Amino acid sequence: MRAFDFTATDNVNQALRLATADSAFLAGGTTLVDLMKLDVMAPGHVIDINALNLRGITLNHNGLRIGAMERMSDVAVDRDVASHYPVITKALLLSASGQVRNMASIGGNLLQRTRCEYFRDTRTPCNKREPGTGCPARTGENRNHAILGGSDACVATHPSDLAVALVALGARIRLRDRKSTRQLDLAEFYRLPGDTPHLENQLRQGELITDIEVPALPWARRSTYLKIRDRSSFEFALTSAAVALDLRDNTIRDARIAVGGVGTRPWRLRAVENALRGQRPTPENVTAAAAHAAEGAQPLTHNAFKVTLVQRTIIRAVLGVAGQR
Amino acid sequence: MWTMTSDGLSRRSFFGAAAAASAGTVLATPAAASAVADTAPQGDITVSVTVNGARRELTIDPRVTLLDALRERLNLTGTKKGCDRGQCGACTVHVDGRRVVSCLTLAASVHRKEITTVEGLAAGDELHPVQEAFIEHDAFQCGFCTAGQIMSAVAVIREKRANTDDEIREAMSGNICRCGAYPNIVDAIKQAREV
Repeated sequence: MRAFDFTATDNVNQALRLATADSAFLAGGTTLVDLMKLDVMAPGHVIDINALNLRGITLNHNGLRIGAMERMSDVAVDRDVASHYPVITKALLLSASGQVRNMASIGGNLLQRTRCEYFRDTRTPCNKREPGTGCPARTGENRNHAILGGSDACVATHPSDLAVALVALGARIRLRDRKSTRQLDLAEFYRLPGDTPHLENQLRQGELITDIEVPALPWARRSTYLKIRDRSSFEFALTSAAVALDLRDNTIRDARIAVGGVGTRPWRLRAVENALRGQRPTPENVTAAAAHAAEGAQPLTHNAFKVTLVQRTIIRAVLGVAGQR
Repeated sequence: MWTMTSDGLSRRSFFGAAAAASAGTVLATPAAASAVADTAPQGDITVSVTVNGARRELTIDPRVTLLDALRERLNLTGTKKGCDRGQCGACTVHVDGRRVVSCLTLAASVHRKEITTVEGLAAGDELHPVQEAFIEHDAFQCGFCTAGQIMSAVAVIREKRANTDDEIREAMSGNICRCGAYPNIVDAIKQAREV
């Protein structure tokens, strides 16, 4: 691990002032310390922001606001979140382990790095870690990689479950640097890899996520997160689906669908949403709608199974939310 | 990693090497093999913590993890280093009453916090009910994961997430046991939750 200077602060302005191109903010540390041990990240200055007052989980008529330094485990046990946005609670409880959820912050969760083994191994090339060196995953071991949104330069998946749930709900994040604050749709915050996979999101140097805001969506009370993985707990998704349904008179009036484990960023599926609208939630209708999830899919050597699996994940989640199974 | 002592290979370094070997290629990079690598240490920092009720002051390189600080500096070797990547749970301790993996916690970041390790559970010679239950139910074989299992179990019972076998298994999924003592661990937790 590269040597670094360490500063802890309880003052947001000071944290922002300290930030440089060579610094990293430390929250839960479950990504940063891990990747520093692997020499994948090597900041010269670590700024501990755990004492910043970026807390609070508040629900009102506008929706839900979560302070970026809230821990995954605290949001996961919040009763307001569980009753109004069960998809968020479920996505959190299906993430990581009890220990990791106690440590990891919500802001850090959204910024966690891919689990691509080539990215995590400094002995192999990786365009995300070292731009221009190449992508061994395209021809190498790519069972866990993306079928949607990939490029010649990168096919790494985004690992966050929470981000999939939040993208489905149309969440926005608030960002702050030493000069100003701004808000972005979380879906637009994440970039496609294109030929610059090292640029994963819109975060500017020295900018902090301060809040996550989820718009009011009364029918999100009827929502879920379904995660399919190689072992039943403490594992990243092969595929996952965040689903919310506006279901009245046994008809789907509106739907929100996003999927994880298959895209280079959290993947909203408006084509599936459109196909579900106005339909009765029968297995036939939902299966037909879920087929749109495979549009544009570009499977690799080892992950073609995800094309089918992601559709079945959506079908099971939608029918489950609709009470049809 | 292979430290020779007067009586041969020490137990501690043996376990470290065995864990590294079992974790495969991930740990093979030289820089990752030790907590504090080759680079000359820059400014040490002073960290004040309460460990098992006792106030301790440490002057350390900021790279030192809580796990290494406990084991190498405070000689509290009950907390074990398994994967050193947050994936096995052997290093589980409590920080301000919450279970965390100490291998991904920088010691610098727990300044003024309260740490509880497995050494801090018993009251004198009287074992904690979870420790008693692990013995009674033979909830370990080689014992390497046991300190982490016990620290996690204490927290899981406190979190009231030990109501059913399935709930216990899910809540304990951050603690891996290579010997496969899981059924007995679940039984031990079911007994201890009633105390």
